[in-house]
Amino acid sequence: MKIGVIGDRQSVQGFAALSIDVYPATSERNIKRLINTLAKDRYAIIFITEQAASLVPETIEKYNTSPFPAIIPIPGNQGSMGVGQETIRRNVEKAIGTNIFFDE
Amino acid sequence: MAVLRVNPTRMELTRLKKRLAVAVRGHKLLKDKRDEMVRRFMELIKGNKRLRESVEAELGVALRSFLGASLTMSPEDMEVALLYPSKRFKVHVAKNNIMSVDVPKIEYEELESNHSTYPYGMINTTGEMDVAVDRLAEALPGLIRLAELEKTCNMLADEIEKTRRRVNALEYVMIPQLEETIRYITMKLDENERGNLTRLMKMKELMKQAEG
Repeated sequence: MKIGVIGDRQSVQGFAALSIDVYPATSERNIKRLINTLAKDRYAIIFITEQAASLVPETIEKYNTSPFPAIIPIPGNQGSMGVGQETIRRNVEKAIGTNIFFDE
Repeated sequence: MAVLRVNPTRMELTRLKKRLAVAVRGHKLLKDKRDEMVRRFMELIKGNKRLRESVEAELGVALRSFLGASLTMSPEDMEVALLYPSKRFKVHVAKNNIMSVDVPKIEYEELESNHSTYPYGMINTTGEMDVAVDRLAEALPGLIRLAELEKTCNMLADEIEKTRRRVNALEYVMIPQLEETIRYITMKLDENERGNLTRLMKMKELMKQAEG
């Protein structure tokens, strides 16, 4: 199984040094298409920069129910936008019905 | 709660009683499943939050180093330097089962690399580049662990929500409805029984009068 990363070139090019497949994309259409192709192509993990992830929430949602691929938002080089934390918070709310440890 | 539209017969009553027994058992099982899943979820989500915080910090540092490196190098040189991976690894994936939810299990194995640390020459690259690659490599195991954990939490949360809906549907709709219908049929049957009895008594009286 492979690992891929999607995002703007600046943020993701470094991952090539770790033998992770790099797919630079910034437009909504391209990101969507990339996610769909990678999901079919035996990718176990797709890292996606938060900037890119925030453009295509529905596409990411679609793959929530199957164990692979795991689409994981990571901060881009502009720093964290809190998308990842937001995902965790939403999960907690979904499972427990209330927010338990994000009220600080 | 509305009574189901059924014929008030003895046969229907037995059928409904069986359904109620199944519903009650299913409700109990699902409730136990939900409780256990929530417990597991609580354990995982705390780790998930902590891991995400540390990975995001590490990654932030690594990406900033790359930004620094790209200031001192031409984009072409940078691209060429990154073409050949400095670190090779393999991921093994499997499925783990938490309360009958298939969650991913991702194992990461570093492969021996036969060359020294950096796969590029020293002429066209700068020291910042070396630091950036190192930092990113350090962040990688955490990233992969995060991917596994976060996906697990995600799927678990989904399943918990689904199970909770089922539990609630059984508890607040199915079971009361069945109970109500059973009561309705029982009363109807009793009422018929009483009607029959009075009719018989009346008949007997009439016959006695006719005789006497």
